[in-house]
Amino acid sequence: MKYEIIVVGGGHAGCEAALASARKNHKTLLVTSNIKNIADMPCNPSIGGPAKGIVVREIDALGGEMGRNADKGALQTKMLNTKKGPAVQALRFQADKITYPKEMLKTLKTTENLDIKEAMVEKLIVTDGKVIGVELEDGNKIESEAVILTTGTYLKAVILTGSTRKSSGPHGEKESRFLSDNLKELGFTIKRLKTGTPQRIDKNTIDYSKTQEEKGDSVPRTFSFDNIVYKEPKDQIACHLIYTTPKTHEIIKEHLNESSMYGGYVEGVGPRYCPSIEDKVVRFSDKERHQLFLEPESLYYDDIYLQGFSTSMPNEIQDIMVHSLPGLEHAKILKYGYAIEYDAIDSKQLKRSLETKIIENLYTAGQINGTSGYEEAAGQGLIAGINASLKLEGKAPLILKRNESYIGVLIDDLVTKGVKDPYRLLTSRAEYRLLLRNDNADLRLRDYGYQVGLISEKKYKEFTKKKENIKAVIEILKQTRITPKKEINEYIKQIPSTPLKDGISLYDLLKRPEISIENIKHFLNLDYSREELEQVEINAKYEGYIKKANKEAEKMLALEEKKIPEYIDYDKVPNLASEARQKLKEIRPTTIGQASRISGVNPADISILMVYLRRND
Amino acid sequence: MNDTIVAISTALGVGAISIIRLSGKDAIKIVNNCFKGKDLTTAESHTINYGHIIDKNQIIDEVLISVMKAPKTYTTEDVVEINCHGGVISTKRILETMLTHGARLAEPGEFTKRAFLNGRIDLVKSEAVIDIINSKNEEANKIALSQLNGSTSNMIKKFRNKLKQLLASIEVNIDYPEYYDIEVVTKDNIRKSIKEMKMDLDKIIKESKNTTLIKEGIKTVIVGRPNVGKSSILNKLLEQDKAIVTNIAGTTRDIVEGEICLDGIILNIIDTAGIRSTNDIVEKIGVEKSLSMIDDADLVVVVLNNNEELTMDDEEILEKTKRKQRIVVINKNDLSKKLDISKYNLKNIVETNTNTVEGIKNLKEKIIELFELENIKTKDYTYLTNARQISLAKKAYLSLKEAETGINNDLPIDMIEIDLKNTFDFLGEIIGETYSEEILDHLFANFCVGK
Repeated sequence: MKYEIIVVGGGHAGCEAALASARKNHKTLLVTSNIKNIADMPCNPSIGGPAKGIVVREIDALGGEMGRNADKGALQTKMLNTKKGPAVQALRFQADKITYPKEMLKTLKTTENLDIKEAMVEKLIVTDGKVIGVELEDGNKIESEAVILTTGTYLKAVILTGSTRKSSGPHGEKESRFLSDNLKELGFTIKRLKTGTPQRIDKNTIDYSKTQEEKGDSVPRTFSFDNIVYKEPKDQIACHLIYTTPKTHEIIKEHLNESSMYGGYVEGVGPRYCPSIEDKVVRFSDKERHQLFLEPESLYYDDIYLQGFSTSMPNEIQDIMVHSLPGLEHAKILKYGYAIEYDAIDSKQLKRSLETKIIENLYTAGQINGTSGYEEAAGQGLIAGINASLKLEGKAPLILKRNESYIGVLIDDLVTKGVKDPYRLLTSRAEYRLLLRNDNADLRLRDYGYQVGLISEKKYKEFTKKKENIKAVIEILKQTRITPKKEINEYIKQIPSTPLKDGISLYDLLKRPEISIENIKHFLNLDYSREELEQVEINAKYEGYIKKANKEAEKMLALEEKKIPEYIDYDKVPNLASEARQKLKEIRPTTIGQASRISGVNPADISILMVYLRRND
Repeated sequence: MNDTIVAISTALGVGAISIIRLSGKDAIKIVNNCFKGKDLTTAESHTINYGHIIDKNQIIDEVLISVMKAPKTYTTEDVVEINCHGGVISTKRILETMLTHGARLAEPGEFTKRAFLNGRIDLVKSEAVIDIINSKNEEANKIALSQLNGSTSNMIKKFRNKLKQLLASIEVNIDYPEYYDIEVVTKDNIRKSIKEMKMDLDKIIKESKNTTLIKEGIKTVIVGRPNVGKSSILNKLLEQDKAIVTNIAGTTRDIVEGEICLDGIILNIIDTAGIRSTNDIVEKIGVEKSLSMIDDADLVVVVLNNNEELTMDDEEILEKTKRKQRIVVINKNDLSKKLDISKYNLKNIVETNTNTVEGIKNLKEKIIELFELENIKTKDYTYLTNARQISLAKKAYLSLKEAETGINNDLPIDMIEIDLKNTFDFLGEIIGETYSEEILDHLFANFCVGK
């Protein structure tokens, strides 16, 4: 049996990669060690959050699956940062850990051109620097034209609790023992990373009277631009907030050396931005308390995820730690927290298309590239799937720019800067975040989705209509003027806003911070969707800032336009600082813009490089 | 930059000794090939060696040679300095000898260019070196020297660090929206920080303007209707006949420049074509040029004729210059007074005539008073000294101001952050820590880095 594309791994990256490739009419095989674990959520029961939520919107805009699937599995939906501006708002859903994987599996199974096989891949088959298939544990070989590796935390996975080390994937699944050795032989640099997960608590043993209820939004929210609401806000479930106590901190300090991390039992580097509770207590010792969220995992079972309490302490210490928390004095731990160590490759060995530099037609996505998070994985999976397909079609890869998407920021960071600890996408990683908003992901990316063939004609028509409507409303508001008549000023005063002195267009009125599009509707019948009107409002209010951000982005794009010849010999560029020379040789950036983002390459080095390139034009 | 460059580093023809400097990988070898004395290729770094420069077995001069090996040299390359006896002929002959032995004549500023490109000095420092080379007076030289010591860079770096901390605390709040225990940056905090930074930056810019005056001089434009005596005043100031002085109205059609030194400060004086309505095409161009000169000037000297009544043209000139730093000269005060300017409440009036020196002296004193020239020199010299730096500092200031406006209009913090980020980047460009195309263009313009 021969396939065009084989995807190894059925997590969030693998699902997006396989769906993109199959939907682009390439015969695709998804190989997973356990079909039951497809689209599994082994850590937190939520999708989205700052920056990550925007990635989900981007995935949807490009024609990926995560947004739609999260909508189907939503237990609670919430827009974060609503008190701040539109640039940093992001959606976060609590997602049902049963429904989410079930729905994803359903989608995979009903997608044409896509087969799923339960097996363990041990080796890549490579000839002349090009991958041509995979070899399974049982020795069977499957041929393909391209392979996408999305192995998650499974490569040489080791689970740690206290001083116990056990070779195993998440949930006691079988780990992949040989694939990372094979990758090493092929020339990849293998890194050891670590991540962790907190306890699951039996919800019937929690005293909720000592917790603070955290509800979702009262307006319906969706990740997908399809806007289908599966769970109305009134039916959504609540999370609960508690804080650690002085006693918790005492216990942790007392038993610190028994944790895998502090006891020295961990080789892997853990994520800085998602620290374990031990880390938090040690590193932020001045903080008297840390907040923890009790998050339901599913409607179908009783596990409550103790967000913020990730630990690698031995089980018996975890018991007393958990019992020191308010409302959890008698809590029953259903699953103990653990740390997991796994192999990853050096993401600097990747091109911006996510194809590896070493082996042609081999792509990697997700935790194998050193990222953490479902959303980061899915975003890469989608891009790897699209680009592997485009390669087979003989077309140029889809490379998203930093001013176009968080996915672009993520991939550029990975291939340009590399990672030391598991990479988490943060709002602050995006220089042009005002352009990369939750609300405009479709306006930024749907064209690409359509061009690569993942957005249907029908959807694209709807999208075009939306763009036209936004333009039309802006025009109407600019044309419509109101004058300081008594009844008009009375309305404006009660909003409250400053009464008019002169005539003003509705568009200019909308620029006032206190005026919303709802107020504008008082003067004019606007029969347009909430999303369309939201765009108009953001445009009116932040036009000046958006222009500024665009101006900054243009500077960056100008540097992106300056290509560095593929075969440049950095040893021939005189006077580069030695660190810069070494980094440039290692990463081989394709543009001056990318080169300027490499840490250790200073503006002076860029000047020197530019001088060299101008002279050798 | 694989070749070795050579230049005479001291002013030609003055002084008891001259220095010829070489930089590049063959510097030591080239000098050694025409040196009689110790073998320089085996000399230790940073030593001075006695001997003779010879050309075709003929001794040219008795010299001391400083050998400085890479990388601890000005250019980070091998550098050799030949200290020879002053005097045009022997200095030039040594230079020629170096050229025939394989060195290339350095372009202006090329040693500095190498120092910059080799990462030895930052942009501000390299600009400072160019300033030192070009400095017209002692004050300018001092400022340039202080920049070379890095005081400007340090000041900007400190400023950027402050901003960086503010930006970082804003970003933590964005990325951890639900982490209630993180100290929230309130708009009041930000407002306060912005206010402080604005004050600091404003001070830097204001003081930098003074240094521009020191370095580049006070751009003084003399304007007035034809034949009121502008050129005569200029000539009196310059004490030389540069502009053509005649009685025929409209003689000065070009813009004439001259320099005088007032208390160590250069006064660049520009005479303009008389401003009046005219149909003569050549004169019209002159008039338009005069008006545009007014916009650029640091100081405008408006000349009126005491012996004539105020005309429409005079009134227009007074109107056009009312926002500028201005001195009104009432010329020809030796003739009968027909001029009445009482309806204008004019300050800084000086009466002159070109037959006595009294009026011109008053004019000079007025200028010293207006620009507080006596005070400028007593300050320390941590300033931005060229137009590029000052314009970037101004951009940074404007961005801060916009951030302040944003805060006052209660705009979301992520918008305000854009302005703060811009401020940060503009300041970075001053010292070359933010890469921008303009820096490179600047580099190309000043260092003749061509193909």
